[in-house]
Amino acid sequence: MPNPIRTLLFCALLLIAASARAQLKIDIIGGGANQIPIAIAALKGENTLPQRITDIISADLIRSGLFKSVDAGGLPSVPSEPQEVQYPVWTARGADALMIGSVTALSGGQWDVRFRLLDVPKQQQLVAYNYQVSTEQLRTTAHQIADAIYEKLTGDPGVFSTRITYVVKRGARYELQVADADGFGAQPVLVSNEPIISPSWSPDGASIAYVSFQTKKPVVYIQSLTTTQRTVVANFKGSNSSPAWSPDGRRLAVVLTKDGSSQIYLVNADGSNLVRLTNSRAIDTEPNFSPDGQWIIFTSDRGGSPQIYRMPVNGGNAERLTFDGSYNVSPRYAPDGKSFVFIQRNGNRFNVALEDISTKQVQLLTDDGIDESPSFAPNGRIVLYASEVRGRGILAAVSSDGRVRQRFTVDIGDVREPAWGPIWKGH
Amino acid sequence: MNKLILSVILAGLLAACASTPEQSPAKVEDRTPAAPITAEPAKSEPAPKVTAIERKPVVATPTPAAAANPLKDPGNILSKRSIFFEYDSDAVKDEYKPLITAHATYLKQNSSAKATIQGNTDERGSREYNLALGQRRADAVKQMMTLLGAPEAQLEAVSFGEEKPRATGKDDTSYAENRRDDIVYQGE
Repeated sequence: MPNPIRTLLFCALLLIAASARAQLKIDIIGGGANQIPIAIAALKGENTLPQRITDIISADLIRSGLFKSVDAGGLPSVPSEPQEVQYPVWTARGADALMIGSVTALSGGQWDVRFRLLDVPKQQQLVAYNYQVSTEQLRTTAHQIADAIYEKLTGDPGVFSTRITYVVKRGARYELQVADADGFGAQPVLVSNEPIISPSWSPDGASIAYVSFQTKKPVVYIQSLTTTQRTVVANFKGSNSSPAWSPDGRRLAVVLTKDGSSQIYLVNADGSNLVRLTNSRAIDTEPNFSPDGQWIIFTSDRGGSPQIYRMPVNGGNAERLTFDGSYNVSPRYAPDGKSFVFIQRNGNRFNVALEDISTKQVQLLTDDGIDESPSFAPNGRIVLYASEVRGRGILAAVSSDGRVRQRFTVDIGDVREPAWGPIWKGH
Repeated sequence: MNKLILSVILAGLLAACASTPEQSPAKVEDRTPAAPITAEPAKSEPAPKVTAIERKPVVATPTPAAAANPLKDPGNILSKRSIFFEYDSDAVKDEYKPLITAHATYLKQNSSAKATIQGNTDERGSREYNLALGQRRADAVKQMMTLLGAPEAQLEAVSFGEEKPRATGKDDTSYAENRRDDIVYQGE
């Protein structure tokens, strides 16, 4: 039985080593119950690369909390082909899975990257791929390999090659940034001297809708990540906020105050065809589409306190979904549509909670801080949210079973308003 | 207990790591977003339909006694612009009625003047829900001014929610300072 503290410490050290260059640093708290022991052998030839691919793969897998790393060093020769694998060695080390492979330089600055995932007890190959990529694409390739391993061994799609967005506030300056899911490669997509809130990824990952206050009032924009072209989606009298994309990417739900209190409207992504969806004298805000596009969940204080409701996307009666406590806000559907995350106030704390829609059963995923703005990773296994440490905004993530937590911190400034992007379909 | 110790150890390790100099991370060509938009209010901003700020100053009707702008005159109630609220409330307290009446009258008498009422909240809770609560506070004052005769076309109620706190402390005094409407005239 391995010492759990030592294992975790080892993981932590691995992470620190792997993330020393990240703009967002990641720190893991807790661990999964049944971690899969995996040995990741160095890829033959990878020591000549600017960064070892296997370091990135290991960091990805360990960060998920579902894997534990089995030592793959100290061998006279590192296997890179199945016939070179001495299975008894890996069985003795306790590995259930073994990754091997190679990197070879091609002409024109390209690389040939090969990997194989082997089932140690069965002595079988589980999956194998090869990639021909440029030096700049090696990091993405490592994430894709980690995704393939994660999917093969857990049955869920991996999200290591997805991206996240969030807002960084440094003094009076606000930056909407996009980074890889491991915090690397952060790039500003909008810089402003006025607040930016509520970023929301389009379903194809090509655009982000957000609220900017740069004209001294909240206005909803959509910005393309490839061209930076920006369009105004909603700029009516009063406040315009809380954009949420329909699953087909054609429409958005937005919150407007042009007709009185904050109400939910549907609008085409080009700003045309505005239709009012809610008709209450209360606050109706924070809309979010169900993955099948049939429902909208939202926050409303129509019953006296802010609670979460669900209504058909074409309007109609709203059904109240939360009943415990006097402050339940910020609902977001799980990718399978069966549950949603939200923020529940308990005393002075604001916790991330998960509710099963059919049973109405609620599980607290966090219980100690001031948490905000939860959103699911596209595989439904991780919830990303904003939190606070010593008065400073940070990002954090918790597995949807509540067992594993991560913290993302930046060196300077407050981080808030995170949103996890869709699974990348560009390759 | 183990978790606690671990957190401390991790925190220490991370702190030790914090001095690591940053290098620019590896770029992935096909996923690098294009250059950021710099959103300076004065620069390349698509013209909004409702403009909260214009460059031309509001010219107050000059009075024979003082040509000074009554909105800026510290002795004039019109220079007072803030209305404060209780926690979780949009009820306008009686003490602010003279101030609100004065602004309503000013707008009625100066048809070229336009005012924005900006609602604010303290930082606790959801940003979007707070935006809606700030809007409710702004609407409460706007409605009162309209009832007092201020033309609706000269008024806009918007919300900053918790996004632009005047006080940045995390205490009741700061929170109270931030539960506030501000009346801002076009051109200010």
